[in-house]
Amino acid sequence: MLEVSKTMAEPDNILLEVKDLTMDFGGLRAVDSVSLNVCPGEIVALIGPNGAGKTTFFNCVTGMYKPTNGAVMVHPPEGKSQKINGFKSNRVTTIGMARTFQNIRLFKNMTVLENVMIGRHCRTTTSIIGAILRGSKTRRQERETVEISYDLLEKVGLVDVADEFAKNLPYGAQRRLEIARAMATDPFLLLLDEPAAGMNPQETKALDELIVRIRDTEKISILLIEHDMKLVMNISDRIYVMEYGKEIAQGSPMDIRNDPKVIKAYLGEDSDA
Amino acid sequence: MVDNIKRSLLVALWFVFLTFPLMVVKVNTLKNIVEWRWINMLWVAIGSFVLSIVWRWAMERRQLKSKKAEQGEEESVKPGFGQRLLEDPKIFKPVLIVLALVTLVFPLVVDIYQANIMVLALIFVVLGLGLNVTVGLAGLLDLGYVAFFAVGAYTYGVLNSFFGFGFWISLPLGGLMGALFGIVLGFPILRLRGDYLAIVTLGFGSIAKIVIENWEEVFNGAKGIANIPRPGFFGAEMSIHTATTYTYYIMILMVLFAIFITNRLKDSRVGRAWMALREDEIACVAMGVDMARTKLSAYAFGAFWAGLAGVIFASRNTYINPNSFTFMESALVLSIVVMGGMGSIIGVIIAALVLILMPEYLRAFSEYRMLMFGAVMVLMMIFRPEGLIANVRRKYAGRKVVTEDANA
Repeated sequence: MLEVSKTMAEPDNILLEVKDLTMDFGGLRAVDSVSLNVCPGEIVALIGPNGAGKTTFFNCVTGMYKPTNGAVMVHPPEGKSQKINGFKSNRVTTIGMARTFQNIRLFKNMTVLENVMIGRHCRTTTSIIGAILRGSKTRRQERETVEISYDLLEKVGLVDVADEFAKNLPYGAQRRLEIARAMATDPFLLLLDEPAAGMNPQETKALDELIVRIRDTEKISILLIEHDMKLVMNISDRIYVMEYGKEIAQGSPMDIRNDPKVIKAYLGEDSDA
Repeated sequence: MVDNIKRSLLVALWFVFLTFPLMVVKVNTLKNIVEWRWINMLWVAIGSFVLSIVWRWAMERRQLKSKKAEQGEEESVKPGFGQRLLEDPKIFKPVLIVLALVTLVFPLVVDIYQANIMVLALIFVVLGLGLNVTVGLAGLLDLGYVAFFAVGAYTYGVLNSFFGFGFWISLPLGGLMGALFGIVLGFPILRLRGDYLAIVTLGFGSIAKIVIENWEEVFNGAKGIANIPRPGFFGAEMSIHTATTYTYYIMILMVLFAIFITNRLKDSRVGRAWMALREDEIACVAMGVDMARTKLSAYAFGAFWAGLAGVIFASRNTYINPNSFTFMESALVLSIVVMGGMGSIIGVIIAALVLILMPEYLRAFSEYRMLMFGAVMVLMMIFRPEGLIANVRRKYAGRKVVTEDANA
């Protein structure tokens, strides 16, 4: 482990450093030594055909799976670097990497505001006794939680429906609520799993703007999985491409667009080539 | 409507046919003749016809309602009676005052039997409120809740018979023992969910009873522990009547205490984490909530109330044996929570009073008790799956006025 941190290239300039990550499910190698870096202020996209192992990669990074091999290193802007392989996902979130889900996972029977307030859980400390006594510290934390949550709802444009049940929101709004909830955990890196899935073109465009705005005004870096190529090419600084668990290309949107391997992966091989 | 009547007639005919051998034909083996009880056929026909009409009417209403909900005319436009009761201070305040007066004078105007039953009902209110946290808020289906109730009762029983501990020392100890057992039993089931959790907790409930039954040296086995003193009041001598009245008031205080505390927790960081755990465990953990801690705290907190209620139960009966802690009690408490409405405090109180008091006052139907119970449950599931009083989510005021409301 010490060796890894020594060989690290410019630790100041990397937030998330994934090295040779491998994940086996029995005999199936879902992710095969994939390496990936995210630097501060970057939007990095991870693309690939269905079943390429992108979500598995995400799950390994966020602690839902324990990777078979490889290292996931984080270098938070404040705080020390550490290897987070096999950390529980709540610890990963506390360190500062929050995620959203491909199939929306909101707390359906809680209000929109409460959903965001849950995100503040790991940044507040009220215990059972504290909640019962409701002392000044608890009250202050509660007030701050409500305020921060309202702020976030304002940023994603959901403040009008703050008291609605999450299940009653339209699809696009649910996606934005998931992002707001993840942002409530004060992350330095936001991992978005197909945020534009199932959205219409207008919604995608709004999302596009939202993501860029999060990076620029909130100073949160973003790693996203996405199938919507227009969105990916528009906003991402760098792109990684996966196929069958392997990383087949990386580079700027321009490079990726012209990479023959990527074209092959997406469109299949030309029969007379 | 005509269609409904036609169909109901058909249903009635079908039931007449089905019950014919049972209700009409009777072989009198003494006189060796067959008795034809045609009048029974008429009753079956009328009964099933009326029931069928009522059933169809209710189903139609329900469909209409859901159709309206689909078209956007949500129920929120016209909140239910329970919700209005809670929100309108004009109705709420007088109701509260009347209720308070009734509860205060209740044991003074009724006889000891009534007061005793009321104490039992209040014990179940506390049990319901406790399980409401585990099942209603945190979504951990616990079918062995009675184990913690037994832990509380036997804590008092054992401490009293071996060391002569009094009621007031045993009360907090019983609660703490309940919570401790909640944590100990909570550890192995951290990874379980839904049906699996239910089965394992069901097992815990049975194990608790078996242990008590067979550990003669400590728990006195099936004979039970007798001569448990009633709650004391600075050593004052009390007649049974005063003691019961006194227990009643202790129970009222206990219920208020439980309401106060669960209410505070419901709208706190801890309560929200419990609810998030119920809604989606994976997302909850991904949002930085420590799953083990949250689950254990919900479990222990629910068990704490069962422990407290157990101590009072032991002192009310002055005698405990393992038969008071069967699966039936677990099922009863769970029904109270389901019927009252998951997570709703007032609903649970009403349901507890109804489910405990109803059988006592309807002794005439005691044979059909379980039947009625089942029917009520089935009907509840069809017509009001959210419970008598649905849990109303709290609205937080915007930041402008937040200082007043968030602290209230």
